[in-house]
Amino acid sequence: MIENRPFLKFIEHLVLILGVLVVAFPLWMTFVAATHDAARMGQVPLPVLPGPHFFRNLDVVLNEGLWGGDGSGVGYMLVNSMIMALLIAFGKIVISLTSAFAIVYFRFPFRMGFFWLIFITLMLPVEVRILPTYEVVAKLGMLDNYWGLTVPLIASATATFMFRQVFLTIPDELLEAARIDGAGPFRFFKDILVPMSRTNIAALFVILFIYGWNQYLWPLLVTTDQSMYTIVMQIGRMLEGAEEAPQWHLIMMTALLSVIPPVLVVLFMQKLFVQGLTETEK
Amino acid sequence: MLKRVHFEPSLLPYLLVLPQIVITIVFFVWPASQALYQSLLVEDAFGLSTQFVWFENFEELFADPHYWDAFQRTFLFSFLVAALSMASALLLAAMADRVIKGSGFYRTMLIWPYAVAPAAAGALWFFIFDPTLGVMPYILQFFGYEWNHKIYGNEAMALVIFSAAWKQIAYNFLFFLAGLQSIPKSLIEAAAIDGAGPGRRFWTIIFPLVSPTTFFLLVVNVVYAFFETFGIIDALTSGGPANATQILVYKVYNDGFVGLDLGGSAAQSVILMGIVIGLTVVQFRFVEKKVSYQ
Repeated sequence: MIENRPFLKFIEHLVLILGVLVVAFPLWMTFVAATHDAARMGQVPLPVLPGPHFFRNLDVVLNEGLWGGDGSGVGYMLVNSMIMALLIAFGKIVISLTSAFAIVYFRFPFRMGFFWLIFITLMLPVEVRILPTYEVVAKLGMLDNYWGLTVPLIASATATFMFRQVFLTIPDELLEAARIDGAGPFRFFKDILVPMSRTNIAALFVILFIYGWNQYLWPLLVTTDQSMYTIVMQIGRMLEGAEEAPQWHLIMMTALLSVIPPVLVVLFMQKLFVQGLTETEK
Repeated sequence: MLKRVHFEPSLLPYLLVLPQIVITIVFFVWPASQALYQSLLVEDAFGLSTQFVWFENFEELFADPHYWDAFQRTFLFSFLVAALSMASALLLAAMADRVIKGSGFYRTMLIWPYAVAPAAAGALWFFIFDPTLGVMPYILQFFGYEWNHKIYGNEAMALVIFSAAWKQIAYNFLFFLAGLQSIPKSLIEAAAIDGAGPGRRFWTIIFPLVSPTTFFLLVVNVVYAFFETFGIIDALTSGGPANATQILVYKVYNDGFVGLDLGGSAAQSVILMGIVIGLTVVQFRFVEKKVSYQ
């Protein structure tokens, strides 16, 4: 604190509180909509305070299904999203750890060639090459399964660069000591490198889980079978249906379900989340 | 780059990079080269015959006023998303940097939208601005304003810009706050002793010192607006009304999967790749600069 200006202090808190309210407003309205019944949600003005139907709506959305779904609820879509997010996060971390290990700790022909090949992935987001990527996935028979949902998204220059950076800060003496003690590459990787990058791995995991959970365009393209739908995709489908007969209490309950897991991850692992975000800034 | 001490050459490093390289070649390099190749082809509507036409697809695109419209729209959209999101994030970060009590609480309450899926963010704002039922149109009506983004293109554009900026505030806030907190307090104190008020200190000392962060965020925000807002637009407007919110990425998808114009869509992909490569180069040159200044 440099000087004491009570009025300025008041303004600071006022701006921050307004910011928090504007940012939180849509989530609040979503929550409120998920606690009312269909009749109340069809009346203008819409409620701004929660009603009594939260658990009833939750039950309908999870178990009975709704128009726009196949009648069996969205529970399995949450499971699909979870599987997809975990597979993408694990997959990216594993292949990035091993490639960073190879690039930093081995001298071998084409080492830099591989490095640049990995770098290319940074320049080709899935959005700019969707059609040909879709064709490749279709030819490989990866439509409508977890392979197609996850493997094409797993290559990651960002994660590889981050682990490379982490490994470069690990003192050379550790490798010398490990070799004197007779440790081979696997032993060194498993007992020294991975444990030493533990917090980096955790921080990256938080970011990648959110990335995987929030995928929309890719699952939309590679799944046609309802049993493979993810919860985020379902929102888009329900909004399309909302043109004719909006069931806002159910749509918003679904939206709430899709938002809660990644938001909880950010809130409860805030430190790791912030670390991950700043480390992967490319 | 490489450790001074390293392991003996063997087959092992190849096996270690293999998964990453295979995935990169199969799902990145191959499709990208396919896009390059297809952008030079014209296929008939039934996919029965293809013809090699050199740069005809590109010529057609550049002669198409709709494509130029989408181009302009994308730049306008990206610029406004970046400006709106960064300005509000900087304001909030400057305030959060000054307060002592409750700064942790404010931070928590401002960063969670990062975790919301773009499509879900679209749904949240869709509901609030729904012309018949939504809260905002209801309030606006008291001011004599008839809100209907399903009819008016400008309103639809405003809505997607607003939603996209909302989602990005969290990211910008965190980076601005980190930038502000790294400014030495002694600088600010010296200025205060010289009689500079808070406003003057902000514009003459603090703002210039966070300019590396501002530039970095500008690139990140433009990349975000270009490529990561598909879900928001698809959920909110599906590119409508009358293509008013169809940005380049949406058009690639629309022309390719809905319009089935493979050559045209591939040519658009190639142009987008050029844009990403340009932005990535800018970003990397800047990151190098930032490192050498420290």
